[in-house]
Amino acid sequence: MATLTINGEKREVDVESDTPLLWVLREQLALTGTKYGCGIAQCGACTVHIDGVATRSCAMPVSAVTADQKITTIEGLSPDGSHPVQKAWLALDVPQCGFCQCGMIMAATALLKNNPNPTDADIDAEITNICRCGTYNRVREAIKTAATSIREGKVAL
Amino acid sequence: MTHLENLSRRRFVVGSAAAVGSLSLGFHIPLAQAAAAAALPPEVNAWVVVKPDDAIVIRIARSEMGQGTLTGLAQLVAEELECDWSKVTTEYPTPGQNLARNRVWKDFSTGGSRGIRSSHDYVRLGGAAAREMLIAAAAQGWKVPASECKASKSVITHAASGRTTTYGKVAIVAATMKVPEKISLKDPSTWTIAGKPLPRLDTADKLTGKQIYGMDIKLPGMLSAAVTACPVFGGKLVSFDATAAEKMPGVKKVLKVDDTAVAVVADTWWRAKTALDALRITWDYGPNKKVDTASINKMMTEGLDAKEAFVGSNLGNAPGLIKDAKKTVTATYAYGFQNHACMESMNATALYTPEKLEVWVPTQNGEASLAAAAEASGLPVQKCDVYKMHLGGGFGRRGFQDFTKQAVSIAKQMPGIPVKMIWSREEDMLHGAYHPKTMCKLTGVLDEQGNIKAMHMRISGQSILAAVRPEGMQGGMDPAVFQGLNVDGAEGAFTYKIDNLLIDHAMRNTHIPPGFWRGVNLNQNAIYVECFIDELAHAAKQDPVEFRRKLLAHNPKALNVLETVAKGIGWDTKPAPGVSRGVAQIMGFGSYVGAAAEVSVTNGKLKIHRIVAATDCGHVVNPAQVERQVEGSFAYGLGSVLYNECTIREGRVEQTNFHNYDVIRMAAMPKVETIPIPSGGFWGGVGEPTIAVAGPAVLNAIFAATGKRYRTLPVFRHSDLQSV
Repeated sequence: MATLTINGEKREVDVESDTPLLWVLREQLALTGTKYGCGIAQCGACTVHIDGVATRSCAMPVSAVTADQKITTIEGLSPDGSHPVQKAWLALDVPQCGFCQCGMIMAATALLKNNPNPTDADIDAEITNICRCGTYNRVREAIKTAATSIREGKVAL
Repeated sequence: MTHLENLSRRRFVVGSAAAVGSLSLGFHIPLAQAAAAAALPPEVNAWVVVKPDDAIVIRIARSEMGQGTLTGLAQLVAEELECDWSKVTTEYPTPGQNLARNRVWKDFSTGGSRGIRSSHDYVRLGGAAAREMLIAAAAQGWKVPASECKASKSVITHAASGRTTTYGKVAIVAATMKVPEKISLKDPSTWTIAGKPLPRLDTADKLTGKQIYGMDIKLPGMLSAAVTACPVFGGKLVSFDATAAEKMPGVKKVLKVDDTAVAVVADTWWRAKTALDALRITWDYGPNKKVDTASINKMMTEGLDAKEAFVGSNLGNAPGLIKDAKKTVTATYAYGFQNHACMESMNATALYTPEKLEVWVPTQNGEASLAAAAEASGLPVQKCDVYKMHLGGGFGRRGFQDFTKQAVSIAKQMPGIPVKMIWSREEDMLHGAYHPKTMCKLTGVLDEQGNIKAMHMRISGQSILAAVRPEGMQGGMDPAVFQGLNVDGAEGAFTYKIDNLLIDHAMRNTHIPPGFWRGVNLNQNAIYVECFIDELAHAAKQDPVEFRRKLLAHNPKALNVLETVAKGIGWDTKPAPGVSRGVAQIMGFGSYVGAAAEVSVTNGKLKIHRIVAATDCGHVVNPAQVERQVEGSFAYGLGSVLYNECTIREGRVEQTNFHNYDVIRMAAMPKVETIPIPSGGFWGGVGEPTIAVAGPAVLNAIFAATGKRYRTLPVFRHSDLQSV
């Protein structure tokens, strides 16, 4: 049994303690926006925020997360897709198949929180998620668009 | 997207067998009756549903896997329908419905960059027929000739009397109108929806986690299965000891899937996977357990000089001229196995009862899934149906049905319970339908002016068709091997004029199954031809663009693509210090494509600065989606040329996950400037062809930078050149 704080709610889950957070989200809590891609923290499709830090949930045992740590999944980023990063993604029509995009958005949001004006080199270093459709250039552009709108709109992340 | 999978979900919500009957039957009975039954919104025809509030639902038979076909096909239907685009959504008919309605939606297969180019005619006719029926219904109500009425943005107007109505108001009557016998399609120059860079219809839910992929489906009472098959192709399952696994939490059953695989069914996938890892399995690795990369290379190398080969193209007397030449230019290239590595690993969900089989699967070919599911279940196909799920990547892998069969075999042993089977990434890496492995030896002779006098291109290696579609073979030869190399081909024609030319194939197959991999055989063929043409240009001491210009003088479309990328990259200007350029062009999937690249190599580190890519696909249905496909093609193409290789040891693929099968990521992705060339007059594919020029444009630029040819791919297997 574990207690987690997910998208602002306390949730009790009955799982083995070594179950990766990813599978708890997907199978116990039906939060399937967080994707399984590799299981070894290589591809980033499973990225969530733990206390605001981008974390690859597939390699994070649920026992390593305390009840007080705030877990945010794509479903909790905004109630309606209105987060500035999601809006930038929509404006640039970034996704192709879309499977990796929730992870990309979570990674990008964490990047912008720490670095409101990332350079290309910052984006290269921080966004190491895999996209097999090849949306990388539009992801980069959307991060910059979101950064601008956050700065201009003074939106807090 | 509204999805007919929703029907199935609704079924669970409704939870009554009677409702199931009326819903699924609705699609099988004649249209007017279906409308009258009011169980479904009125269908004007197979392609178009109009709801009373003027919402338009366009039915799409091809699968959406990121390539944008869903939006493009909807644009084509909407263009002829003259409907309000802002009210358009889409849905998939099921393969079972297609079968029951005499294949009214025709082919479901989604591959070969054919989604639009091989269905644009009948989907436009479907939209146009619906428009005419809607107009006829309004005209009948007004008692005026239909010819006096016009439709625009879902509004029908009779100008003479000033009356208007909307599609939603006449849709039920429209469904009873006579299907027009003669319909003329709009001239593309008058398009207002098609041809425009409209946003995709399926973006919003991909940004919030709401988009349901095959892996995400959840059905009441559902269990999950983890599966593993013999790691060596051709091997078999001997036995397994489930004593420990069966006692593990959540485990419901450990079962034999078929002769080659075993599965654990549990209440969650993670528990199934954990128990599967604890299973003690005995495999018979079979006859291929000693095959490795070296033994395959040896076999294929022998094919490079073998006496016998299938002839793809033969003009003049290339062998004679090469034999008599004082000097020849020769090079041998090699291209390895590659896994598609879709972000979403293979999966399928099935619910079997002796009366009915239902399968939810991300598939590139719904009808093939249906056939495979029926076969695996032993039920007649009429008792089976497939709900196509959104694909987390396809790239050719999801045209195969091995995973569909496995899911059905598992579900059949758990009757009445829906079972979702997911492959781990490791399972996916070891059980691919790999990009075929080939080598190519090229020999050329130049005359005194530096023109190509003769060229021989000997391909040695795998045939996809021999393994996958033997009925497509021609007298033992695989014509698809020569993709992009057929001197008189329509689909993938050899663009250069070389009077003495021999292109042949020594087929050398191995046990690693080859499959259609985005770009298929054009990928390596373009590398072979375009790098070697570059080698010949340098041997002739000629500029690579000028050298190609002469060879393309007879082929204005190919020449135009070359000129476009040369101009775009600034070929006639001096590059920035330390920057080198390369160029490539080819024809494939019905389109003419070219690319020019700028790279630099500093201390063995490769940086690709910029790509300019041109695609002449004739009619462009959505230029914004063409740009995205071209950009994506460079990620896929450069990934394959620089990074991707599956090697073989003890009969099995050595690469198990992204840590040892790296792919291109953000930091290595160059800027891509796409130039769509909407020349009109023909319909070429877009999803794949530019992949083929990504590699050779960059490889030729690497040569310009380093003076070294990297002929055994991928590039980064060579320790002296790595990514920046």
